[in-house]
Amino acid sequence: MTEIPEHLRKRAEEARQKAEAKKAGGAAAAEPTAAAAAPAADATAAGDSRIPAHLLERSRAAKEKAAGGGTGGGGVATAPAPGPTAAGGGVATAAPPVATGPGGHTQRLLTVVKSGSIQDVKATPQDKVHTWPHLLAVEFVAALAMTAFLFIFSVFVNAPLLTLANLNQTPNPSKAPWYFLGLQELLTMFHPMVAGVTIPGIGIFMLILAPYIDRNPSNKPEDRKFAISLMTVHLMFWAVLTLIGSFFRGPGFNFVFPWNDGLFFEL
Amino acid sequence: MHDKMSQLGDRVQGSQAWSSIFRPGSIFRKGYSDSPRNRSYVIMNSVLYHLHPVKVKRHAVKVSYTLCLGGLSFFLFILLTVTGIFLMFFYRPEAAQAWNDMYALQTSITFGLLVRNMHRWGAHLMVLSVFLHMARVFYHGAYKPPREFNWVIGVILLTLTLLLSFTGYLLPWDQLALWAVTVGTNMMGYTPVFGDDVRFVLLGGAEIGSDTLIRWYVLHVLLLPFVIVIFMAIHFWRVRKDGGISGPL
Repeated sequence: MTEIPEHLRKRAEEARQKAEAKKAGGAAAAEPTAAAAAPAADATAAGDSRIPAHLLERSRAAKEKAAGGGTGGGGVATAPAPGPTAAGGGVATAAPPVATGPGGHTQRLLTVVKSGSIQDVKATPQDKVHTWPHLLAVEFVAALAMTAFLFIFSVFVNAPLLTLANLNQTPNPSKAPWYFLGLQELLTMFHPMVAGVTIPGIGIFMLILAPYIDRNPSNKPEDRKFAISLMTVHLMFWAVLTLIGSFFRGPGFNFVFPWNDGLFFEL
Repeated sequence: MHDKMSQLGDRVQGSQAWSSIFRPGSIFRKGYSDSPRNRSYVIMNSVLYHLHPVKVKRHAVKVSYTLCLGGLSFFLFILLTVTGIFLMFFYRPEAAQAWNDMYALQTSITFGLLVRNMHRWGAHLMVLSVFLHMARVFYHGAYKPPREFNWVIGVILLTLTLLLSFTGYLLPWDQLALWAVTVGTNMMGYTPVFGDDVRFVLLGGAEIGSDTLIRWYVLHVLLLPFVIVIFMAIHFWRVRKDGGISGPL
């Protein structure tokens, strides 16, 4: 839900109550047998509404006239009705003379324009929360947790520092950083130009083009089975290559099992 | 005692200096109260307004949607900048000095080893978190219009992150660094047409040596951070311009 400002909600609440009170008053007035109760209801309605008394008077008279015309079958409009029913006639005669507009029209002054009937509001309200504290608190906790994890991990695990670089002594195996080990693994299968340039080049290029190739507008997983499968295969392809390159390659970049020959991997 | 302290607090918070630092609506101001208006002011009247809107979609706050991966990548970048600046005080990018400086950093400088560890593990974590962020964005279909171009910038940022990590890899100047970079740059040399030229420019010669070290040092501490910060700024700006975070699914 959008947050509705307090003062607007209060105003709407008052308007709703007023409308209900008026409806109750109107029903009572239309009921001929409840004529005694009607003035009281009208008084309360007039008391808390800001519509001038003479306008209310006029509208009530018009209402009664319409009712009288309906039951009387074409009675004279302006004259106080002779009275199809005794109680109705009583109320009608008690009413003061009705002021009518030119041509005998009684004008309706107010109308309710519902939102959206004239102005089309396009933006549908969205379910939003304040960034502070909802988002900032989450971010702060995430940052703290990350700092704590990194700090504690760094206290207990040291970064590697091997012996001084020596161009004349090639370690066996020589491995690239872990994120390039998938590529190094490809080198065992393809010509270096294919493994080191063409395949990763196409991979990056396809990744950049993904939003322009995938024209499916939906973001629902059930509508995107093909895209999701393709991406999963792609990610798994690199993950498996990287894992093999990292843990299953030993001296001479030959295949080894880490549980037999040990790890040949430095971060 | 308690009264004295709160009185002192009021005096400080009421001073001109204090209220000149914290803008109206700040949670550090005197008499901050939790109201929708003040919640908006906390963002609107602070530097955070450059990063966050006043309100965000409710599902965007759920950790299970984003896993905080983008934010954590950015946070790791900040951590790496801070620890990296510390390391720069003790390091000379020359073949004759680099390894000795690293060794001295670990053995004779207070917190040297700890900060170096944090820098190294943080770098690996950042590669991982940027990569996972990309996967998360893909699986949520968040690269679809109107966010296509921000996805492109994201792929560039991933590449820059890998380059930053790779250039930093050489700097300790130990056997691991030298030969990992040798393997990596040999691959680059197979690029058709201009592969050898690219390799020559990057290495500052036909082989890795002192010239390579200074080049990669400048790339690592100045050029690439400069470029990546520009792309990050565009990336974050586009997140908001494209209608905030994607979703809900």
